[in-house]
Amino acid sequence: MLELNAISIGFFIFTIFTLGGAIGVVTTRNLFQGTVWLMVSLFGIAGYMLLLSAPFLAAVQILVYIGAIAILITFAVMLTRSVTRVDERYIRTIPSLIGSLVLFLILIAGVTIPVFGGHEGAPVVVKTTHDFGLALVDGNGYVVPFMLASLLLTAAMIGAIFIARDEET
Amino acid sequence: MIPLWMYLAVAAALFSIGVFGVLARRNAVAILMAIELMLNAVNINLVAFWRYSETNTDLLLNGYVFTAFILIVAAAEAAVGLAIIISVYRNRRSVIPEDAHTLKG
Amino acid sequence: MEICTGLCALMVESGANSGLAQFMSLLIGVLLVSGVPLVTVIILIWVERKIAARIQDRIGPNRVGPWGLMQTFADMVKLILKEDITPTAADRVLYNASPLVSFASVVLLWAVIPFTPFHFGVDLEIAALFFVAVASFGTLSVMVAGWASNNKYALLGAFRVVALLVSYEVPLVFALLIPVMLAGSMSLVDIANAQSGMWFVVLSPLAFLIFYISSQAETGRAPFDLIEAESELVAGFNIEYSGMKFGMFFAAEFLHVFTNGILMALLFFGGWKGPFYYESPLIAFFWLGLKGSIIYLTTLWIRNTVPRLRIDQIMAFNWKFLVPLSIGNVVLISALLKVMQELQLSPRNFVGASVPEMLPTTIVLFLSNLAIIIYIMGMLRKRGEEMRVSSQQTRRAFVQASGSAAGD
Repeated sequence: MLELNAISIGFFIFTIFTLGGAIGVVTTRNLFQGTVWLMVSLFGIAGYMLLLSAPFLAAVQILVYIGAIAILITFAVMLTRSVTRVDERYIRTIPSLIGSLVLFLILIAGVTIPVFGGHEGAPVVVKTTHDFGLALVDGNGYVVPFMLASLLLTAAMIGAIFIARDEET
Repeated sequence: MIPLWMYLAVAAALFSIGVFGVLARRNAVAILMAIELMLNAVNINLVAFWRYSETNTDLLLNGYVFTAFILIVAAAEAAVGLAIIISVYRNRRSVIPEDAHTLKG
Repeated sequence: MEICTGLCALMVESGANSGLAQFMSLLIGVLLVSGVPLVTVIILIWVERKIAARIQDRIGPNRVGPWGLMQTFADMVKLILKEDITPTAADRVLYNASPLVSFASVVLLWAVIPFTPFHFGVDLEIAALFFVAVASFGTLSVMVAGWASNNKYALLGAFRVVALLVSYEVPLVFALLIPVMLAGSMSLVDIANAQSGMWFVVLSPLAFLIFYISSQAETGRAPFDLIEAESELVAGFNIEYSGMKFGMFFAAEFLHVFTNGILMALLFFGGWKGPFYYESPLIAFFWLGLKGSIIYLTTLWIRNTVPRLRIDQIMAFNWKFLVPLSIGNVVLISALLKVMQELQLSPRNFVGASVPEMLPTTIVLFLSNLAIIIYIMGMLRKRGEEMRVSSQQTRRAFVQASGSAAGD
């Protein structure tokens, strides 16, 4: 079905990273190990972006998610450790397991039964990043969402600093 | 080449694992990590559809741009969410969402 | 690389499966490209120790082999033969994996560096962004090492180091934007080719200075020595590491500084361009190595000369000085460049431009950067004078007060 070339081997390896990391995140008892599993999973997803001819998104994924968000989560884990009580991992285990399995079956049915797109990817013009940059500042393009996103990031940054500030009067 | 449904299947699996994490975990930071997994599953879906779309002959960048904006918004949301969790921890000494029940009727 | 395609053709002719042959030839290409940094690190350690010794007015290793050249091998043998300790309560997998991730992140950078105009691992179209993304891998490995050691001091050291590394990525990226903007592409081969008219260090010396300072902080070199401060916090996050694991952290740091030197040579100093570089790839490689080594030597020089800064001084320097400066620089350079391109005074595409064509651009951008630098130096000098005068006044008042109190 699948020929054995670099892309299939890459897909297989990245799938193991992604799904293994995800299962590690939701089943680990030690939250710091959960953060490391999250980093593994995000690395696998960056690999997917590479396979799908979106190298810029892969690099931004590693830079933003692994280099910033995962480290932020690590700091939050260390700052909120409860030393007094031993927390149980799960609450409502069986209903949520059944619910997520049902959701998975519905989604799988939704993606395998209809046939979207072809087996081949459309031929992609080489300079995707160049076109992406041009589209972000084009008046008919995405310049308004771009500016709004930068405003959003500034507001989120200021808001996060203000909320988490240590009030020492 | 990898058929499209394989990418979508992996994204579906990742999303379901994320849903299980959000519903079942007790710790608020663990719930946030599962939310990040769900957002990444959606990202894979979008990029896969952008790449394999049959009308994508002259490089319409809609899927690409959508994914980039989801990355941006996820970063902003993770920062603010963690700030709120830390603030709640300072006040109530607990990161379990069930413990923040002062408004409960 | 031509070696990969040649090998692939050879394997396919002798009957191997085409996809598998492609994969195997890629693997061999990877081994060849990653052999370069591994050999470089052996020479680097010797260079570092000899030059540090000479600056400190001593001789350095000179017993093992002529001029101490075999010292690195002796060190490696010693580190390998040491007992491999893992603390009992430490997280085994993370503790053993973090030196590997740290070293791997640096070797990964060599995949995008073009040694000559035709020989490189891969010509990524996002090579500059790849460089920053891989730098964040190094940050992650430090954090994991600090936690996995199960040691309070290691954790505190790791916190400080991660705050430092994440903060200095901001001016690093802003200073990296300038060559990317001037060359119109993030690919390192394109950036090196676009400097045929004028080196980017002349076009924007401020960007080079900011990049230099930020990369010193990113790799943990003096004066941002906190990461490996042997006398503070009981040696930081690698307290619990000994033997070959410590050796890997050590080697990764030296290699990172040298890689940054080569990168600065590519980004700002024209890469492999020099007299006669088009004659043979070896000459191009020689020029790149020469420029990278000179930058690395200035790093060593500064390292052995300046004292160490405190963490709050480092943070204040970054957020109050470097970040506004780098943002202002990007805005200024982009505005000036666009105006000049609209006025037809500057070529749209810098590749293949000659020196006279680039002259108006050079003069305008260089003078603007020079103006910023002179203004900043003036401001710093005035601030320094104010602080000195005020500290003198307080000392005089103190001496007066204590003199009058003692005289009673």
